[in-house]
Amino acid sequence: MAYYISNIARSKGDPKVLHSGPSSLGAADRLAKALGWYSIGLGIAELVAPERFTRALGMEGKEGLVRAYGVRELGHGIVSLSPDKHLGLWSRVAGDGLDIATLMTAMRHDNPKRNNVGIALAAVLGVTLLDIIGAQGVTARHSRPRGRPRSYRNRTGFPQGVQASRGAAKDFQVPPDMRAAPTLAAVSDRAPQERARSH
Amino acid sequence: MRALVWHGKEDIRCDTVTDPEIEQPRDAIVKVTSCAICGSDLHLFHNFIPAMLPGDVMGHEMMGEVVEVGSEARGKLKKGDRVVVPFTIICGECDQCKRGNFSVCQTTNRKKDLADKVFGHATAGLFGYTHLTGGYPGGQAEYLRVPFADATHIKVPDGIPDEKVLFLGDIFPTGWQAAVQCDIQPTDTVAIWGCGPVGQMAIRSAVLLSAKQVIAIDHLPERLEMAEAGGAITINFDEESVVERLNELTGGEGPEKCIDAVGMEAHVSPSMPDTVYDRAKQMLGAESDRPHILREMIYVCRPAGVISIPGVYGGLVDKIPMGQLMNKGLTIRTGQTHVNRWTDDLLRRIEEGQIDPSFVITHTVSLEDGPEMYKVFRDKQDSCIKVVLKP
Repeated sequence: MAYYISNIARSKGDPKVLHSGPSSLGAADRLAKALGWYSIGLGIAELVAPERFTRALGMEGKEGLVRAYGVRELGHGIVSLSPDKHLGLWSRVAGDGLDIATLMTAMRHDNPKRNNVGIALAAVLGVTLLDIIGAQGVTARHSRPRGRPRSYRNRTGFPQGVQASRGAAKDFQVPPDMRAAPTLAAVSDRAPQERARSH
Repeated sequence: MRALVWHGKEDIRCDTVTDPEIEQPRDAIVKVTSCAICGSDLHLFHNFIPAMLPGDVMGHEMMGEVVEVGSEARGKLKKGDRVVVPFTIICGECDQCKRGNFSVCQTTNRKKDLADKVFGHATAGLFGYTHLTGGYPGGQAEYLRVPFADATHIKVPDGIPDEKVLFLGDIFPTGWQAAVQCDIQPTDTVAIWGCGPVGQMAIRSAVLLSAKQVIAIDHLPERLEMAEAGGAITINFDEESVVERLNELTGGEGPEKCIDAVGMEAHVSPSMPDTVYDRAKQMLGAESDRPHILREMIYVCRPAGVISIPGVYGGLVDKIPMGQLMNKGLTIRTGQTHVNRWTDDLLRRIEEGQIDPSFVITHTVSLEDGPEMYKVFRDKQDSCIKVVLKP
């Protein structure tokens, strides 16, 4: 839809989109994008209001830790939204492990918010599953398959062969504005006395 | 018509869009017969080049048949002409065009105010690129409106297949200019970082221009094999130290001429810690480009040598060793390609059989398969080096 607005920057005769076709983004890329923005949203929330998390989970006094996790989430989000999205998603999987381990410490019998912790754990496990699916998906979609690449051994580009083509354009005159300042060859070809005189 | 349209980061779609129309008397409409995905399209794909807008038609390497001509272009073009369209839109009349500096044409960037603010001074309009270069719709489409068409075209004769001349619109003159601006001498070693399509063209250009030895650097076996086929000595940076090997091949002196055919998205590997640092900064928006190749070239280039940069950079880079650059007295030459400056000569070389640029094509698919091929090309899958699309 954004292109309707950006059409303001176009002239009358420029092509405008009528119908949109298939995208270069695959399902895994879209999932990575969604998870990347989720990371950024969660990261900002953890940074701005850590006490809401600690209170809801019975983890008062751990606000600094939640803030640190917020910074970590922002990192995951930025990388997941970049062309290196596979790194972002695998880092999210590692982060999920850390989140689960942290929540497990709050699953104590004496924690009055134990039920909330259970809900949070279930949510993290669900997101972990999505992260693993997304990470595997983008890794598979964007990796170079193993095995022998195609052979381009015969692609010389020179119909007359490489050897015959060496120096074939020696008739070309380099324009004055593209000549190198006193060339190594030009100077070294001259006699030392001449070089001295030119100084 | 159908066209490949940018919708956002990594989101290219084959859409149905309105047909382009003649807007100005110097315009022409071209029915596209072949177009290609360029390495620099991947920078747009990743949204690393600023000022792309959803709905932008991609593509800046295309050719086809003229089907409609504006009133002021009729002296130079007529219906039925077969043309390659250079990616740089040129007026042919401004001071820069008269000097042959076509990629910095002063007239054709229709978003000049925006470009002036970002670049200091606007550069030429480009097809299928960012709105900083005019936001002109590109040629990965069935039809293309060519502004300033009386100057912005390369006529090609019938009888030569599209595949042999298509790359006159970008990668062939880009690789050629990269080599030319090195001012290659018969005693020179030319080191070329990146064996993608532009790197492959730069290798062939350096061979044609009499380099003593051409050294190509990459890590993908199929690209290195293609580089070797073109006459280069290869270095796989996954297997050996680039700096040590280059010094070994040059008697410890370093290459006289270095070409960066990689640009802003250098490969990231823990074995090159600066690339990890750049990637992290790039993700955080603290740096737009990953200039590992620039650092390596400046370090290894022979003092008083030349560094040529056809690889695209988008904005800000970090940790460039200016001390090495200055003390070694290196010359840096860069810029988008002045395509029309070279194309008459290069077309002649193709016709004479000196070179056949179609060697680089590894995939030919329909426009509908374009979105998937962006992914395949980006991920270097299926030994993909160059994709040609047939609308």
